[in-house]
Amino acid sequence: MPQKTLTRRRKRSLETNNIAGYLFIGPWLIGFIVFTIVPIAMSLYYSFTNYDLIGSPTWVGFQNYITIFTNDVRFYKAVNVTVTYVLIYVPLRLAFALFVAMLFRVPRRGVSVYRAVYYIPSVVGGSVAVAVMWKQLFGRNGVLNSFLLAIGAMAPAAARSWTTTPSTALGTLIVLAVWQFGSPMLIFLAGLKQIPAQLYEAAAIDGAGPIAQFFRITIPSLSSVIFFNFLMQTISGFLSFTQALLITNGGPMDRTLFYVLYIYLKGFSFNEMGYASALAWIMLLFMALLTGIIFKTSNYWVFYESKGANK
Amino acid sequence: MNRKTKRALTTFAYHFFVILFGFLMIYPVLWMMASSFKPHADIFTDAYSLIPRRVVFANYANGWRGFGNNTFGTFFANSFKLVIPATIGVVITSAMAAFGFARVRFRLSKLWFTCMIITMLLPMQVLMIPQYILFNKLGWTDTYLPIIVPAFCGQAFFIFLNMQFIQGIPIELDESATIDGCGRVGIFLRIMIPLIWPAMITSMIFSFYWRWEDYLSPLLYIRTAKKYPVSIALKLFSDPASVSDYGAMFAMSVLSLVPVFVIFVAFQRYLVEGIATTGLKG
Repeated sequence: MPQKTLTRRRKRSLETNNIAGYLFIGPWLIGFIVFTIVPIAMSLYYSFTNYDLIGSPTWVGFQNYITIFTNDVRFYKAVNVTVTYVLIYVPLRLAFALFVAMLFRVPRRGVSVYRAVYYIPSVVGGSVAVAVMWKQLFGRNGVLNSFLLAIGAMAPAAARSWTTTPSTALGTLIVLAVWQFGSPMLIFLAGLKQIPAQLYEAAAIDGAGPIAQFFRITIPSLSSVIFFNFLMQTISGFLSFTQALLITNGGPMDRTLFYVLYIYLKGFSFNEMGYASALAWIMLLFMALLTGIIFKTSNYWVFYESKGANK
Repeated sequence: MNRKTKRALTTFAYHFFVILFGFLMIYPVLWMMASSFKPHADIFTDAYSLIPRRVVFANYANGWRGFGNNTFGTFFANSFKLVIPATIGVVITSAMAAFGFARVRFRLSKLWFTCMIITMLLPMQVLMIPQYILFNKLGWTDTYLPIIVPAFCGQAFFIFLNMQFIQGIPIELDESATIDGCGRVGIFLRIMIPLIWPAMITSMIFSFYWRWEDYLSPLLYIRTAKKYPVSIALKLFSDPASVSDYGAMFAMSVLSLVPVFVIFVAFQRYLVEGIATTGLKG
């Protein structure tokens, strides 16, 4: 309610001032046009051409798109890898984030230090330093193997690099991604603090145990936060690729060929800018569709305490 | 067993579990640090060990020497030359745009605001190819311009973060300042900036992290080894062509994370609040 009166008053008090408005958003607006709108338009055009950067683009109509869908094994491999990755890492990352957030919900001695420690992987996880380290961690002589050998869980002959073995390469990248659950954890933590304590007290009086409280109070109260985290993690999952570029470079046998990595390789290793642009446009349309679906279906599973507050 | 001991046991179990799990979480980072002090021959004997049998600093000296004529001093300087201007630019222009969207009424503002929100969800990787072609045509390759110039156009995520802060500031402040004869620019500089600086610091931290750790943009645009930032230089260690001096690689990796840790320790509070605000109100 108070928010509503505030906006009404604001509308009255703010006079239209075009010069000031465009002065303040000017840098952003210029950047938006020059570095976003123009490139998007360019890439749409290139997607209908053959272009190797050296010559000039030649128009080929829908040929790139037709080739992608009918005659490109690597495209389907890339889709497969990316979808598998997202389907495994998003639920795992969110589960860890929520679990740890639940641990840190009640203020206790040491919690702020613990929270910082658990967040460290998210701070460093995207760096080249961690990527090169990760490769050694799972290397033939790396930590995982040396530990498994030491406890006798692995025969010395079986030691091999986890990042270059086809069946485990994607797994090492998933572990790396799940490891960085810090941001959704902090968002869950902020959400948990907003749940009124009375709800839990009332439930406890009614005889609800901790598990019932978790599923009947925590999860529903948190549904909009879960939705936000789910959306953000899914989007970033479909787009992730630098760690794959650094650690596995798409290999072995395309087992970690993330979709965006495939775009990158097509564009910058094979100089097929037209084809890569077509791949990028398929991605763009898919992401738009996916985001739309997630938003549309959110009404069915996100519980808003007061419908009026949300638009 | 009375209530008191039961409680003490629960507390003990809690801390035991949290510390154990936390140790596993930062184990890889600790391992990297430990390995950077191990002699070359020791790194992969009992690799999992966190305690070097002999502590040596040779890895740091070897690593610092870098590649060719370029030491890691050059690479670090390059990273700062790239990250600092870009971060200053993005923090200022994002705060400006946020003020414009939140507090000034102008034509088409709704349309531009929607565009801004869409760019937050837009997969920027899709722009990788056309932006490369664009910057190539502008003759910006092998300079830091493709990284620095777009930063001076703000970033949707930071605009949004600043807007969240501005919306919490009572409009009456703007009104009374207007009555006192303060223009929009004056309101922004004298009233908004002193109040939204926590949001600006949060933007600064994230911008620093993202650009410091960025590997893709320099990979695409920087050709000359003399201009490489730290991220690219680190990758050279693990290229099959170069001599694999893992000790030196770990040593320089640890050094590359020093600025990241310093900022994390100094500004942790802003980081946590920044994520919580944008996350919750998103």
